Amino acid sequence: MILGTQLGPEPYLVFAAILFTIGAVGLLVRRNVLVMFMCVELMLNAVNVTFVAFSRALNDISGQAIVFFVLVVAAAEVAVGLAIIVAIFRRRRHGATADDIDLMQG
Amino acid sequence: MSELVFFLIFAGIALVAALGVVLAPNPVHSALSLVTVLIAISALFIIQDAQLLAAVQVIVYAGAIVVLFLFVIMLLGVDRRESTEEPHRLQREIALFVGLVLVVGLVALLAQGWATGAPATRGVLTPVGSNNIKAVSESLFTTFLWPFELTAVLLVIAVIGGVVLARRSSLPAAEELDELEADAEADQ
Repeated sequence: MILGTQLGPEPYLVFAAILFTIGAVGLLVRRNVLVMFMCVELMLNAVNVTFVAFSRALNDISGQAIVFFVLVVAAAEVAVGLAIIVAIFRRRRHGATADDIDLMQG
Repeated sequence: MSELVFFLIFAGIALVAALGVVLAPNPVHSALSLVTVLIAISALFIIQDAQLLAAVQVIVYAGAIVVLFLFVIMLLGVDRRESTEEPHRLQREIALFVGLVLVVGLVALLAQGWATGAPATRGVLTPVGSNNIKAVSESLFTTFLWPFELTAVLLVIAVIGGVVLARRSSLPAAEELDELEADAEADQ
């Protein structure tokens, strides 16, 4: 409403789809655990953009409220995930990529 | 200025920086690209009249989460280029194929009129005489009160989990305690 001509939700949804895909491909391609985490953050943010776009399109504030819960889950996930990464790196100084953690591999 | 101009600018910045997150060989560069993505997305929130979320995005994501990332990167000393070799055969090709299927599928769904639904009958975006912050907080503390309380429990669990995982095993701590006691006795 701060800008003159308004857009529908479609451009935002296409943008979110592309951002989510970049995050998903990065998660599959990268070997560094930290960068894989950042790719998960990209995917969560893409979903947030979708929530906000639908919130405006349907004139419903609940979409914006739910983004808060996504933020909380993202923060909790980062706190626990980084603690796990620190614990792994403490054990093995060199080569702690996602491929080196294969203890459970059959 | 129409919304489209702003959308194109910030969406373009966000997508380029997102590619930077994935492609940068140095994890620090990835983290800095992530900050750029998050700030561009917060600008997209502002042009969609979600001012509170834009502020929270900058404070929580760019201010706390990415700083935590950088802190861990520096703590572990992995702030150097890593090899970009792929140990698994066909991993990249398959990942790109999966990504292509994902984006084509999502956009095709969108073109099929996926983005429809009934407009809200309660919890209107900006009620008369109210604003975004009031509307979001009213929704959080009425409709979503129970989930909101549960997030507090989730955060406590995450904090305890982080402390338990990141501390050293209890054995060295006991040894340090013994050393401290020995030092105290020696002083007397």
